[in-house]
Amino acid sequence: MLRNYLKIAWAVLQRRKFFTFISLFGISFTLMVLMVVTSLYDHAFGPQMPERESDKLLFVNNMREQFKEGYTNSSPPSYYFLNRFVRPLKTPENVSINSVFTSVNSYVNNKKLTLDQKHTDAAFWDILDFNFIEGRPFSTQEVDNATRVAVINQNTRKNYFGDKEAVGQTIEVDQVKYKVVGVVEDVPVLRLHSYADVWVPITLKSQDFKRTGLKGTYFATIKAKQASDVPKIKEEFASMMLQVNKNSKPEGVQEVFSFADDIFGTFARSLMGGGKTDKSAMLYGIFAFAAFLFMLLPTINLVNINISRIMERSSEIGVRKAFGASSKTIIGQFVVENIFLTLLGGMLGFLISAAVLEMINDSGIIAYASLGLNLRVFAWGLLLCLVFGLVSGVYPAFKMSRLNAVEALKGGSK
Amino acid sequence: MIQLIDIEKVYRTKTIETVALNRVNLQVERGEFVSIMGPSGCGKSTLLNIMGLLDEPTSGYVAIDGQPVKTHSDSKLAKLRNEKIGFVFQSYHLIHDLSVVDNVELPLLYRKVSGGERRKRALEALEKVGLSARTKHFPNQLSGGQRQRVAIARALAGNPEIILADEPTGNLDSVMGDEIMDILLRLNQEEGTTIVMVTHDENMALKTNRLIRFFDGQQVADSRVLEAQI
Ligand SMILES: Nc1ncnc2c1ncn2[C@@H]1O[C@H](COP(=O)(O)OP(=O)(O)OP(=O)(O)O)[C@@H](O)[C@H]1O
Ligand SMILES: [Mg+2]
Repeated sequence: MLRNYLKIAWAVLQRRKFFTFISLFGISFTLMVLMVVTSLYDHAFGPQMPERESDKLLFVNNMREQFKEGYTNSSPPSYYFLNRFVRPLKTPENVSINSVFTSVNSYVNNKKLTLDQKHTDAAFWDILDFNFIEGRPFSTQEVDNATRVAVINQNTRKNYFGDKEAVGQTIEVDQVKYKVVGVVEDVPVLRLHSYADVWVPITLKSQDFKRTGLKGTYFATIKAKQASDVPKIKEEFASMMLQVNKNSKPEGVQEVFSFADDIFGTFARSLMGGGKTDKSAMLYGIFAFAAFLFMLLPTINLVNINISRIMERSSEIGVRKAFGASSKTIIGQFVVENIFLTLLGGMLGFLISAAVLEMINDSGIIAYASLGLNLRVFAWGLLLCLVFGLVSGVYPAFKMSRLNAVEALKGGSK
Repeated sequence: MIQLIDIEKVYRTKTIETVALNRVNLQVERGEFVSIMGPSGCGKSTLLNIMGLLDEPTSGYVAIDGQPVKTHSDSKLAKLRNEKIGFVFQSYHLIHDLSVVDNVELPLLYRKVSGGERRKRALEALEKVGLSARTKHFPNQLSGGQRQRVAIARALAGNPEIILADEPTGNLDSVMGDEIMDILLRLNQEEGTTIVMVTHDENMALKTNRLIRFFDGQQVADSRVLEAQI
């Protein structure tokens, strides 16, 4: 049965080349755009190196102070706040404190390089999954002693040493010399809690440790023992914030806000004005709605094409009914045909998106982007295809299946 | 085996009302070869479509094997058509995207029959109409007469109890028409297939064993009744 359906589907596609082209173009283009967006999403928020265990990771990247006069002011939290209140939390397995990255100048062979530098503790390397190409992360001891060591990314190694081994070499950043102890694969800039070109021990910035305000230039990366601990950590974090509000508020401030969110949550909160509640669900809703709107037009288009495509086969519908196909069977046939068509379009879409992603990667629009079609993106694409195929196929099939057999036979007599 | 009881069919459009069939009562017995004649527009096709459960009468009902077919669901009607009835149309109505043998398999597609068995039965049916050499062809590669033979093979493939043929030779020249008529006669005589055929050709009608004449939606003559009266 299925083989028979596919046979005729294939024959019709070949016979109606123009329709086929328009349909396939619409489907593959739509899916291509959605796939690229999905891939971007996965790149920014999915479980990717070095935030591979994303379901166990929480980030603290914002401190908002609401003043009595009504205005608010927000920035990353201070080292003091993270060290004093976040590090001692009991539920997490581990907490890392690291600075926001800053642009620094560096000179190699009289050539100026602008690098992004980040100060981190040793826990940073335990919590995150960097891919070391050579060497190792810096140790607790090196951090404690404020040793001038650095981990650099692959791109920086290339710029400095032309892809030769870098461990043991010295680099000079902002007029300070560091010994390279490790080289890691490039981290995409969208992973802004982990990304840098050069990572050095946090203790080299110890002048920041003495300031006692809540706002500063630091992030915390929290790792849970298991994914199910995440809500508990958020709870503990919230009750810690109650204490902070009670005892450690700066003068003139009515309330301070800070949250431990997962990667998408931090993005949602900052995008949607940083309220008290988690905005992830809302942002997902907006994404889904945008995707829906985006798919609406091509779907309507495909529905119309399908109707005329099926309409010219009304004689076939009549014949099939005469020989024992029920309306349901007819619907089934046309839906199968349409899913076949959308899967074809989907495959094309995959190929095109692979090319487009490659282009984005090469273009350097997003630093160190390595957008790709992994299994997750592929699964989403497949799902989108099926939904697309169903939605655009069911209505025309339903409409045509209700054709009266006698009318159908008359309509298509040839 | 098929009984039409008080069948009325009225087509209503905004402006006019056409009575296509006016209280038709008719019984077709197993093994009969019935031909139906009458002027254009007198309701022959309408009658055949109702008999074949493709169309519903405005009033009255059809009974198959003594069972009234009145309140059947769409899928139950489809099943009856599939198992009991084979259609042959004036304009063949082959599916041009499918090969000859795939076309012939059509009625079996809607039954629980394996692919191999389907193919076997389709080839047998094609053999009966003398088209074993053309199974892989597509309909547009065949002559009109050959297409109609494929259509007959398709009607036969499901082994139906009755074949309903609406002007099966209407689009063919007389040589090809005779060929088709010979096949139908042989099916009726050798295999006992029940056939109801609409035709405009008096000579063909005379070869069948029962001739019904229609005029304006009503039977005006039935050779079987006439014989009985003589
Ligand atoms: N869908 C329809 N809507 C309105 N009137 C119809 C419809 N179908 C058939 N009729 C009318 O019903 C009457 C019978 O039509 P039918 O097709 O049964 O005639 P016929 O005897 O088969 O004619 P022919 O020999 O030309 O095929 C005709 O007057 C026709 O105009
Ligand atoms: Mg007719």
